[in-house]
Amino acid sequence: MNPEDPLLRLALLFVGLFVSAAATAQLSIEITGAGAQRIPIAIVPFPGQEALGSSDGQSLTGIVRADLERSGQFRGLEVPPLSPAPTEASVVSYPEWKARLADAVVLGSVAARADGRFEVRFRLFDVVKQVPLGGIAYTMAREQIRATAHRIADFVYEKLTGEKGVFSTRIAYVVKRGARYELQIADADGANAQTALASFEPIISPVWSPRGRRLAYVSFEAKKPVVYVHTIADGKRQVAANFKGSNSAPAWSPDGRKLAVSLSREGGSQLFLMNPDGSGLKRLTSSSAIDTEPRFSPDGQWIYFTSDRGGSPQIYRMPAAGGDPQRVTFEGNYNVTPRISPDGKTLAYIARHQGKFQVALLDLSNRQVTILTDSDRDESPSFSPNGRMILLATVINGRGVLSAVSIDGRVKQRLTATSGDVREPAWGPFVD
Amino acid sequence: MRAMIFSPVLPALAACAVLLAACATSSDTQPGAAVEEQKPGASTAQPGGAESRPVAPGGVGAAAGVSPFAALKDPSSPLSKRSVYFDYDKFEIQDQYRPLVEAHARFLRDNPTAKMLIQGNADERGSREYNVGLGQRRSESLRKMLTLLGAKDSQIESVSLGEEKPSCTEHNEDCWAKNRRDDMLYNGEF
Repeated sequence: MNPEDPLLRLALLFVGLFVSAAATAQLSIEITGAGAQRIPIAIVPFPGQEALGSSDGQSLTGIVRADLERSGQFRGLEVPPLSPAPTEASVVSYPEWKARLADAVVLGSVAARADGRFEVRFRLFDVVKQVPLGGIAYTMAREQIRATAHRIADFVYEKLTGEKGVFSTRIAYVVKRGARYELQIADADGANAQTALASFEPIISPVWSPRGRRLAYVSFEAKKPVVYVHTIADGKRQVAANFKGSNSAPAWSPDGRKLAVSLSREGGSQLFLMNPDGSGLKRLTSSSAIDTEPRFSPDGQWIYFTSDRGGSPQIYRMPAAGGDPQRVTFEGNYNVTPRISPDGKTLAYIARHQGKFQVALLDLSNRQVTILTDSDRDESPSFSPNGRMILLATVINGRGVLSAVSIDGRVKQRLTATSGDVREPAWGPFVD
Repeated sequence: MRAMIFSPVLPALAACAVLLAACATSSDTQPGAAVEEQKPGASTAQPGGAESRPVAPGGVGAAAGVSPFAALKDPSSPLSKRSVYFDYDKFEIQDQYRPLVEAHARFLRDNPTAKMLIQGNADERGSREYNVGLGQRRSESLRKMLTLLGAKDSQIESVSLGEEKPSCTEHNEDCWAKNRRDDMLYNGEF
């Protein structure tokens, strides 16, 4: 982990004839459900953090606490002002924290450096086991307050839950305001939203490259669907697939060296494999059906996809090297948009059930299906990289919003833009 | 049902390049005025109404020495009708559109320089990408019919806009029916 990474800058790229200020509305996040058992944690404000200022009205430790609470697995405790204010170097009184009903405590400090940057140190303590769980020191610029807080939250989350945190990851999505479409990238908490592409024609199906440096997506700016690959750091993009007919539904192979796409160049909508620059095209399916929405399994061995070869759209899988598809979903007559979990054990998809389109989760080992949502126009589920949450698009009161739900269905969040419809979410990978 | 209103790029551009007179003629034609003077059989907004072959547009333009492309914008010509509609989850071209498709096939056959982009569309329900597939199926269905009727395959590209470009944005069956649609665009319109 390199805490001195500059924040990635996103070059703005405009398609169409308009000029725009780069101002981008933030997504606001609302927690609508939480886990059954939340770890009570005290995050004591770090002495000296006032010098960092705040971001969106939140202090450094305020962002850490908001991150952990948003996961639905933590409950931040109110800590009265302590004197002297403890830091990571203080002797921890476990009985005292136990009396405050904390199972864990985060202590830290912030010190200004001569070069204008700041030194942030923190340690995490397990109050139940009465042991320190480690800590980190970062050197950061003032602008990195959110990034640093997310790193601290990731550390705490991993130490206390045993799985990696996703607070430092980013999400991509499309905002539609009037006739304008924007492909945006934001932090996982909806903050720091930036526009990577703006267009007067639709943009759909953004998907992150495995290392998070590029996005593939479909843009209709050429009056037809064309697949592009967009490098996030410099805003440069190239056409990946612009064959005769429609080019759609890109998916990266886990090694980032191939794209699976649905093309109509040979008639119908069929799956092809190609290099991200459009070369090396190889046809994967041969059917008279619609074959689309391919996704690689994490081990790269399988491609899951949507096909109506059996009469209704269902999810199938086939060897990525080519071969006979096998049907995966059987319940209901409309099952689409397969998304395999990071561990490869479960499949999220959209199922139509009594006229409602909802996120379903299929346990691939025991074939059990769980419906995760109670909304009725769900689309585009996307696993968090740790597999704990699923981000999706839905419609609430006639507006397109993003929603996140934990795989046990308990934790729920909603992300709303200040104006416009938000859709087509894609949760990015872990960052190095 | 009515004909789609297309992008600001005028289809007459191609005609202008050939013959300036055609350009003036087509842009002077007010749709409202033209409706009054339409001949029986070509006057209804329903494509199904354009069933009588004698009003074939090619002849009109050729006789007057006007570019045949002008007919594509002439409200009295069936060629100005550019959309066919589909039932839910269906992609077969309905019988009522056969005269319209025949008129366009004839135009493409008689005008080898004409190029057509067929944009297939789906209603908003369900997966965006699967709907791209449904729209593609619809546009290919129309392309096949046009080529069977004499248009060259190389003149036509069939693509899909999925559910992304609805002509009607309410969430009900009336609207969805308008969005399950193929639109035919000619050179200069795409």
